[in-house]
Amino acid sequence: MSTQTTPLNATHRESGAKMVDFAGWDMPIHYGSQLKEHETVRADAGMFDVSHMTVIDVAGEDATAYLQKLIANDVARLGFDGKALYSGMLNESGGVIDDLIVYRVDAWGYRLVVNAATRDKDLAWMQQVAGSFKVELQERAELAMIAVQGPNAIAKACKVIHEEWESAVKALKVFQGLALAGGWFIARTGYTGEDGLEIMLPGNEAPLFWKALAHAGIAPIGLAARDTLRLEAGMNLYGHDMDESISPLSAGMGWTIAWEPVERDFIGRKALEAQKAAGVAQVQVGLVFEGKGVLREGMRVVTENGDGVITSGTFAPTLKQSIAIARIPAGSSGQVSVDVRGKLEPARIVKMPFVRNGKTVFA
Amino acid sequence: MSKAPAELKYVETHEWLRLEADGSVTIGITDHAQELLGDVVYVELPAVGSVLAKDAQAGVVESVKAASDVYAPIAGEVVAINDELVGAPETVNADPYGAAWFFRIKPADASVLDGLMSADDYLGQIGA
Repeated sequence: MSTQTTPLNATHRESGAKMVDFAGWDMPIHYGSQLKEHETVRADAGMFDVSHMTVIDVAGEDATAYLQKLIANDVARLGFDGKALYSGMLNESGGVIDDLIVYRVDAWGYRLVVNAATRDKDLAWMQQVAGSFKVELQERAELAMIAVQGPNAIAKACKVIHEEWESAVKALKVFQGLALAGGWFIARTGYTGEDGLEIMLPGNEAPLFWKALAHAGIAPIGLAARDTLRLEAGMNLYGHDMDESISPLSAGMGWTIAWEPVERDFIGRKALEAQKAAGVAQVQVGLVFEGKGVLREGMRVVTENGDGVITSGTFAPTLKQSIAIARIPAGSSGQVSVDVRGKLEPARIVKMPFVRNGKTVFA
Repeated sequence: MSKAPAELKYVETHEWLRLEADGSVTIGITDHAQELLGDVVYVELPAVGSVLAKDAQAGVVESVKAASDVYAPIAGEVVAINDELVGAPETVNADPYGAAWFFRIKPADASVLDGLMSADDYLGQIGA
């Protein structure tokens, strides 16, 4: 497969970005220092090119019924136009095919945002499930997406968005989006643990808008800082913290499963109910490292109830220490050991998130 | 574009070496190595007085994204380590050939440096 580029590719290169391959996309990993970029988002405002992510619109008279079958969370909970929720899309055995955000958009139905790395299998699965419903799925590959994140992100972004939209954007509630004229869509969502917006817009307008955001004092941020920010925020990364072999109940996604109403037969429900009845063997926890080195994905976690594994690990720039997301035997608490390249080093189980709105919050 | 000062010697594992007036050899990691690693957040150094074989693991350098071993490019006794680096690992990115030296070895024979790469050889190898 040839490498894909977003409409902002040349813009990144002009800014001196170091580019890497990410799931077949040529993307900026950093623009100099991922640590400085991380700090900028926590303290001020940064912007990410996330145009590689897949946007899919769902329309048709069965759109609601279709999504109630397709995903584990329940779109009937979306109480007003633009409201969004986070969900897993599961297979019949309860494994996670992908995680996604779905917005209710009264103008046509719903908008889903799924991961870039899983695009092909997601679309194939969604088409397969759609077979028995009156729905139309439309991928919106022509859209770019820019996330602006940080305590000053909304105020700075509002200086350069269309004047007529400013008051509506400022009035957005957390996890609410707004379909606008000309193919624009602005939502108060993100993947950093900070306030901010995710802005979808026609790809050909993206370079100019990106430059305007930069002029408003929003710094470009690469995928490396995106990863440390989301990890501090205790947010899962698909393919690392969960995949098709992992139950949402073992990936910290229990809260995204809408068990009520009991008659809603979403895909994976029976498997999850059986798992719940039998008792979930492995659970997701946060770890704060107290040893030497840095926690990394794949390291073995030794607990009093058996071994677990780190699913994401890094040095946390805000905390100035190493943290991780781990999957370990249920019932463990307190201290554990991590096998750091042959040496057992101490770590402490904590409740995530680690950081929210610039502040350390774990306990 | 990676830098490699002409007065230093280099090895394939991206360490640099400098012969000091007292016959000891200072060792660090190259500009190219720190660029590959990205922001360095953790450094582990050998104990002073330890005797290292050539190519033995002498320390660890970890960035936000990756961990990498540091090797002893020559055999000898560790006579000094840069303790300040442990508290300020970001120095590895800022000044890899200066303030961010890792440790000093007293080789049995200073001629061990003779067969190592020059700056030009090293830059050629990394394709810079």
